[in-house]
Amino acid sequence: MSEVPGELKYTKSHEWVRIEADGSVVVGITDHAQDQLGDMVYVEAPEAGTSFAAGDACAVVESVKAASDVYAPISGEVTEGNDALADSPELVNQDPFGDGWLMKLNPSDSSELDGLMDAEAYQAYLESEEH
Amino acid sequence: MGRHTPLYDLHVRQGGKLVDFAGWDMPINYGSQVDEHHQVRRDVGMFDVSHMTVVDLHGDNSRALLRKLLANNIDRLQAPGKALYSCMLNEQGGVIDDLITYYVREDFFRMVVNAATRDKDLDWIRQQAGPFGVEVRERDDLAMIAVQGPNARDQVLKLLPATLRDAAAELKPFFAALNGMQESGWFVARTGYTGEDGFEIVLPEADAPRLWQALSDNGVSPIGLGARDTLRLEAGMNLYGSDMTEETTPLESGLSWTLAWEPAERDFIGRAALESQREAGVTSKLVGLVLEGKGVIRNHQKVFTEAGEGEVTSGSYSPTIGGSIALARIPAAAGDSVEVEIRGKRIPARVVKPPFVRHGEVRV
Repeated sequence: MSEVPGELKYTKSHEWVRIEADGSVVVGITDHAQDQLGDMVYVEAPEAGTSFAAGDACAVVESVKAASDVYAPISGEVTEGNDALADSPELVNQDPFGDGWLMKLNPSDSSELDGLMDAEAYQAYLESEEH
Repeated sequence: MGRHTPLYDLHVRQGGKLVDFAGWDMPINYGSQVDEHHQVRRDVGMFDVSHMTVVDLHGDNSRALLRKLLANNIDRLQAPGKALYSCMLNEQGGVIDDLITYYVREDFFRMVVNAATRDKDLDWIRQQAGPFGVEVRERDDLAMIAVQGPNARDQVLKLLPATLRDAAAELKPFFAALNGMQESGWFVARTGYTGEDGFEIVLPEADAPRLWQALSDNGVSPIGLGARDTLRLEAGMNLYGSDMTEETTPLESGLSWTLAWEPAERDFIGRAALESQREAGVTSKLVGLVLEGKGVIRNHQKVFTEAGEGEVTSGSYSPTIGGSIALARIPAAAGDSVEVEIRGKRIPARVVKPPFVRHGEVRV
């Protein structure tokens, strides 16, 4: 069973979003996503200063099995990409909700956050996907 | 639901992630494909390869049939137990399958063919066997376990039946021993698909779970098909259906070494087509690639060379090298530097001669 922390927001494409006290957000891929993809061997995190609209491909996570796009859960400008992943892509497998984060973002429209799933809805979504 | 090998319940119990492979529910990994890969390179691991097809040929004309059926020369097998790797070709020189044939007795040869090609292989072999009066037996009653890695021999030998242990201990690479030379018994071959030392054990289905459990109790880890693929790619071994197909000949697939042109009068199926191709000049070749930039090469990506475009036939991440490697079919005149188109970008790659890794050592 995949871990789904209660305090995060989620997308159908298996990204998570953590809202920080200052209104910025941290984005990564979920435990379910890393488990499906398998061992990460290459991660291309976005560079600071890049802007994305919600749904844009913003990062590439590549496992032994396949390369996958990561989509921006909401619109905004990247303030930091996780550079540690260049040398240690396995952090995404080991700690998907912690050290395996992909990018920090300044939202351009925080109302987009309301369109994301909460943990309960994402859990239900995972269960529905399995059937 | 797909077909299950006799080890299915054990895979589930050991946490195997099961996927469909050629109609079989097989473990792709038991957690981490990369860890499993390293386990085989550094120590030992075991693979369920019971989905592969064991085909026994019986009859006095078995050798004569194989002279015609195989592009390699069965007469290289004179010592009992000796194994031969060969392609089985169609009349156009395309590869129907690649397989290993073991010589047991003049009236008994054993072939191990791929799971994905089982039906067409059996049809083809039976069609060719008819005029020779050779009986073709598909051995659905047998399972197969591969144990591979530098410590594979020690782990296997102590679990073999006493009557087979000494013979197995003395096997040279690419030889097999058959318990009592009976077709129903355990059959141990010093062969594999990883580039490491080890054994492949063919045994009755009912015996397979016990051997698997005993190996597991002795600390041998199960290895999934994911690591099997990266291990064989590092070892520079072709995968049927990816690196060669019925549309490509051994000359275009890095398998010229498996073609026995002598004696000239041996008229194997596909010979005429291969001779024509050789005379006309072979226009493409299968090579190894080592990616020099970041990213991972994947199957079917384009390869740009100074002599024209080629295509990746097997691309992956190499856990031993820590970068990406591939097999690719490129124009015969291409040089040593190429570019692979990965997700819209051209990344430089170096052309090398496989294997990439052998017995744990990086060779490129």
